[in-house]
Amino acid sequence: MSYFAMIISAMLVQNIVLSQFLGVCPFLGVSKKVESAIGMGMAVVFVMTIASAISWLVYNFILFPLGLEYLKTIAFILVIASLVQFVEMVIRKFSPGLYKSLGVYLPLITTNCAVLGIALLNIQNGFNFVETVVNGTANALGFTLALILFAGLRERVDEMDVPPALAGTPISLIIASIMSIAFLGFTGLV
Amino acid sequence: MSLNKEFTKGILKDNPIFVLLLGMCPTLAVTTSVNNAIGMGLAVIAVLTASNIVVSLLRNIIPDSVRIPSYIVIIATFVTMIEMLMHAFFVDLYASLGIFLPLIVVNCIILGRAEAFANKNTILDSIYDALGMGLGFTIALTILATFREVLGAGTFMGIQLFGESFQPALVMILPPGAFLTLGCILGVIHLYKNKKAAKEAK
Repeated sequence: MSYFAMIISAMLVQNIVLSQFLGVCPFLGVSKKVESAIGMGMAVVFVMTIASAISWLVYNFILFPLGLEYLKTIAFILVIASLVQFVEMVIRKFSPGLYKSLGVYLPLITTNCAVLGIALLNIQNGFNFVETVVNGTANALGFTLALILFAGLRERVDEMDVPPALAGTPISLIIASIMSIAFLGFTGLV
Repeated sequence: MSLNKEFTKGILKDNPIFVLLLGMCPTLAVTTSVNNAIGMGLAVIAVLTASNIVVSLLRNIIPDSVRIPSYIVIIATFVTMIEMLMHAFFVDLYASLGIFLPLIVVNCIILGRAEAFANKNTILDSIYDALGMGLGFTIALTILATFREVLGAGTFMGIQLFGESFQPALVMILPPGAFLTLGCILGVIHLYKNKKAAKEAK
């Protein structure tokens, strides 16, 4: 598959949140304001790209040669957790401005199942290193796209007259459902 | 009495899905059929109970500053074990749960119970807590899956319910149906709670 097709497929056709259900928790949690959605999205792009690359290296150069493939879940979650810590420290040291805008979102990413999910799917699909990195970035961009669109819709709904029983999470889930139907329209694009 | 309370709070008052809104990803993804939902629920009960026991046992040994990484390693160990067992004995279920089986590691319910309950309470309490929460999770998954499978495929646990002429609403087992079903169920729960609150206010 060409890289372009891969990117379109990961962002639109197989959108990570709306069709693969990875990273739904932050999708519902950090989508009340467009501004915080952008911050979270950027942090995810950053971490997911690096995490995909490092977990691929760990799997192919450490676990696979040693015959320890079954340890991949444990190894990857540790890689991701320490990576998030490390990235947080580096950003705080070198770019206080960036830290200010991304800082609060970084710790949340450790428990974002999208990052671990994509790392595992990359291995499962037998991608090579470049494909892994492209797939990681494209999925993270898909996450960001869905998150920002969703936050924009929720900002509007906040000012609407919603039936009291549906206010809050229920109406958000119904919005997500309609967005998901819209994204189904991309099926067959690639 | 108090053990009973630890057990039942997970099923109703603090139901992880319908009240606490934890563990959304597997909830939405695996509820395409009742069989998958029950399989996922059982896997979560097993991991949650095992991890609560170990966390509770080690609660005085693990230093506070590294507790979260320690919990994650404990949970990941049990998840890997369940994954291998399922691969060996329930190949079909293993295949249909797919990526969401290893992702139990990052299921917030399990880490949440380790952090909020097991590291402060005795082993027995933690076991009851885990069983209650796990069962609450399983019941919620089963309810969601029942709606989706019956409406979306016209079957229940794989058994055909309606005649040949029934046209299933395919959208219910596609991703949008997951969001829609959960949204509607939460709406009904809110409706009930609002009514109850209004009654009490009178």
